[in-house]
Amino acid sequence: MSRRFRLLWWIVFLIGAVYFFLPLVATFQFSLRDVPPTAAYTDLLANGEFLSTLTYSGTIGLATVILSVALVVPTAFWVRLRLPRARPYIEFITLLPFMVPPVVFVFGLITTYSRPPLALTSTDRGSDFLLVAAYVVLSLPYMYRAADTGLSAIDVRSLTEAAQSLGAGWPTILMKVILPNVRVAVLSGAFLTLAIVLGEFTIALFLARPAFAPFLGLLGDADPFQQSAGALVSFGLTWIAMIVISLIGRGSQTRITVAGAR
Amino acid sequence: MAFLELTGVQKRFGPSVAVADFNLAMEAGEFVSFLGPSGCGKTTTLRMIAGFEVPTEGQIMLEGSDITNRPPNKRNVGMVFQSYALFPNMTVADNIGFGLRVRKRPADQIRKRVGELLELINLPDKGGRYPYQLSGGQQQRIALARALAFEPQVLLLDEPLSALDAKIRVALRVEIRSIQRQLGITTVYVTHDQEEALSLSDRVVVMSEGHVEQIGTPFEVYNFPKTPFVASFVGTLNVLPASVVDAGRGEVMIAGQTVRIARRFEGGSGKSVNIALRPEMVKLGDGPEGSNRVSGKVIDVSFLGSIVRMRVAVGGENGPIVSLDEFNEPTLKLPEVGETLTINFPADGPLVLDSAPADPAEVLLAEA
Repeated sequence: MSRRFRLLWWIVFLIGAVYFFLPLVATFQFSLRDVPPTAAYTDLLANGEFLSTLTYSGTIGLATVILSVALVVPTAFWVRLRLPRARPYIEFITLLPFMVPPVVFVFGLITTYSRPPLALTSTDRGSDFLLVAAYVVLSLPYMYRAADTGLSAIDVRSLTEAAQSLGAGWPTILMKVILPNVRVAVLSGAFLTLAIVLGEFTIALFLARPAFAPFLGLLGDADPFQQSAGALVSFGLTWIAMIVISLIGRGSQTRITVAGAR
Repeated sequence: MAFLELTGVQKRFGPSVAVADFNLAMEAGEFVSFLGPSGCGKTTTLRMIAGFEVPTEGQIMLEGSDITNRPPNKRNVGMVFQSYALFPNMTVADNIGFGLRVRKRPADQIRKRVGELLELINLPDKGGRYPYQLSGGQQQRIALARALAFEPQVLLLDEPLSALDAKIRVALRVEIRSIQRQLGITTVYVTHDQEEALSLSDRVVVMSEGHVEQIGTPFEVYNFPKTPFVASFVGTLNVLPASVVDAGRGEVMIAGQTVRIARRFEGGSGKSVNIALRPEMVKLGDGPEGSNRVSGKVIDVSFLGSIVRMRVAVGGENGPIVSLDEFNEPTLKLPEVGETLTINFPADGPLVLDSAPADPAEVLLAEA
């Protein structure tokens, strides 16, 4: 690498680092302006709603991930195996959440599901289900691409046929052969889905669910320092989740990457 | 009754016919190879036996049961793939035991069987490894063990050695044949490598453009090809333009020189035909009494290690070219390029391609 190129590389790296870390540093600095400086954090942890909304969003996120994986992985698998020509259409469908603004989406949901025969918004459980379903749709672009990328790294057809010739049916093939081999990719999709659920504001607010993002948004009116502290804590939790995922995935990623090369 | 029988099997993909009217009856324990170039329908036929493709027409019977429309996981047919298709997330032992676990066999029985198979493929200490930790040859042996673990009725191998280098390919094919003989399992082997097909098989099915060209023992297919395609595809072949002099006496003219052919053929005097001649049939010099002798000009001499390959233009520089092989012996006197010499071949060596099909029974004894 030439000296000039190395210098350029460092400049680009520094600009990127500043772009990424400056808002975090500013938010952290702002959160310490309370009196005493750590009050925003102690008050936040003492706030019962913080934990309850975080737990709620975590639970909804988990349900979203499970439903997304159950829906998207078999679909991506089947498209690769049997319907390769349908791939552009499926990809278009998965991109639809980018084209419909969340506020339009949630009003569509409320209009459709607030009256019989599917009056889901009239009960808490119904609204929770609607929220999970909406998040599954929102996470489609990320989850589908993650699963599809994972599947592209393995020889789906040969592995499926090998399992079939050994006597395995479709559930066994999916659970024992395909899913373990796209685990890392699916975990990446799951992480992105969790991040979306934790940060999503509009749908949760209009469906009147006790989620973390609306709590954090409304907290800003009463205590902006606590809001900043909450944003940083949620950011930290997301990072911890990402590190855990990368640790879980490290071993199998090495195996899968190297397997085809020998 | 045959053990595995394909009757009138046909496979169409839209308007194109991948396999047309395939008929084969295999005995239990037989080793049959499907041989042909890419796109000849050999893999499609194998996939129909495996159940990955459903025949458009015809019937596949296995031990008296019609399996034509049976799903692949209900067929009890083991398959080895060109790409190994080992499960990357499982250890070698788990890969081999997969079929038994699917069949819900007891854990100790699975452990015992996996051990037996690891011994069989000479990898007894590799059970705990992952596929990526093994070489290509080892991975393919594991794939073979996995396909054999649940004791299938038929073993299918789809170009299993294509991804391996030459030395391992030869060693592994000997091992495959040895294991097949040891277990007595009925085996179908797909390959485009004629050497593999000829060296491994009890019978060879030569295919071209979806059609069966010939079914026979390796000896029959090599020495008595029934169609021009088989003659040209199996083994190296010299194809020489000739004209019939007297079919009754078996005489044709090649580059102005009369040659006698022991195999019966048809055609009036002056008819243009092609003569097929294996390089190993042709030798330098006059040869024994009764041999065909033609003169030609040496245009190329290639040293290939154990053999020396020469190309001779029959009748002169612009004549049809005959390729011939001589064993590399210290006493061998190599001709110079441009030298005019005599080559010889026996009367029962050449085959007239554009005539009635050849058959072992039709070969006339080369009389003096």
